[in-house]
Amino acid sequence: MTIRIILPLLLTALALPARADSYALPKNPAFEEECASCHIAYPPQMLHADSWREMMGGLSRHFGSDASLDEKRRSAITDFLVAHSGGRKTGDTRDARGKPLLRITETARFNRKHVEIDAATWKRASIKSPANCTACHAQAAAGDYNERSIRIPK
Amino acid sequence: MRYLLIVAAVLFAAGARAEVPRDFLSRFEKEAGVAASAERGARFFSTRQGGEWSCASCHTEKPTQAGRHAKTEKAITPLAPAANAERFTDAAKVDKWFRRNCNDTLNRLCSAQEKADVMAWLLSLK
Ligand code: HEC
Ligand code: HEC
Ligand code: HEC
Repeated sequence: MTIRIILPLLLTALALPARADSYALPKNPAFEEECASCHIAYPPQMLHADSWREMMGGLSRHFGSDASLDEKRRSAITDFLVAHSGGRKTGDTRDARGKPLLRITETARFNRKHVEIDAATWKRASIKSPANCTACHAQAAAGDYNERSIRIPK
Repeated sequence: MRYLLIVAAVLFAAGARAEVPRDFLSRFEKEAGVAASAERGARFFSTRQGGEWSCASCHTEKPTQAGRHAKTEKAITPLAPAANAERFTDAAKVDKWFRRNCNDTLNRLCSAQEKADVMAWLLSLK
């Protein structure tokens, strides 16, 4: 009797950590075409659904760039991002004023994974910005952030 | 005669779907009502107009070469049709990027004449 309850629990526990770190990019042609032209496709799993909704509502002023889309595409991509969003796992998802965070690089999870990197490193000419994932994660464009492919440039 | 008409209709339909770079030059020239100038286009492309960027900031001053996004560093394939057969073959894409990039560099849309001039210059590059 107990084994029937414990076994599934154990199996679930074993499966969880492996799932938590998967940022493989779900296939979606509209997302690939529209959200990977100015930078790599950032994994939908790395932001909360509220953050994606907020971002997708202000594309004409997207981090200082005009990334505006026609309404049909905008709403299709919003649905895709929300469906694959990271939920609570991203850690703190709102800023001090309660607004959804728009940058992956401001989430608690991102900061936890990068505690070892100091401010001067982020500013190196070869890196420029924490948002430039590819500078250190060679396979970032494919959604692969595995430790095997990390190299911090000089 | 009837066959000829059908063939002509099919050819016309096929032509209307896929654009070629020259189509955009004619379209913008017609909208502007004046002839395009490649020389003006070259100047427009590499001059900052009040903003932080010119077109060349991301597409380089020699757009037969690959460029690089001035903020994100992402590589951008060459903009000149001579170096990149995919450029200026899709009206929705061309209109979308003229809208966005003109807004980012000029804080306004480009005029038809500015677009015609840029097209004339890009088409003159070998
Ligand atoms: C016209 C260019 C352009 C397009 C198109 C574009 N972006 Fe961006 N995006 C930027 C720029 C510029 C930044 C800021 C990069 C920096 O700070 O280094 C940015 C930053 C971001 C960030 C924050 C990165 C961080 O700091 O954590 C996310 C997330 C993002 N974009 C998602 C998207 C999504 C989703 C789409 C598609 C709907 C999209 N972008 C389309 C230009 C663009
Ligand atoms: C300056 C180099 C650098 C940049 C830029 C960078 N990272 Fe990292 N990242 C690292 C290093 C180093 C680690 C490994 C830290 C460790 O092992 O403790 C890491 C770890 C990670 C991990 C955890 C990997 C794992 O296997 O647990 C993720 C996820 C990640 N980074 C995502 C990103 C994203 C997304 C971006 C861009 C928005 C980014 N990183 C930008 C250097 C960088
Ligand atoms: C901040 C960087 C940046 C600036 C500045 C910029 N562009 Fe672009 N441009 C891009 C990116 C990114 C793309 C889309 C990626 C791609 O197609 O390779 C693009 C695409 C285009 C296209 C699409 C052509 C096609 O058919 O594929 C045109 C046209 C264009 N740009 C014209 C211009 C003009 C004209 C200017 C100046 C008014 C300009 N750009 C300034 C980054 C920039």
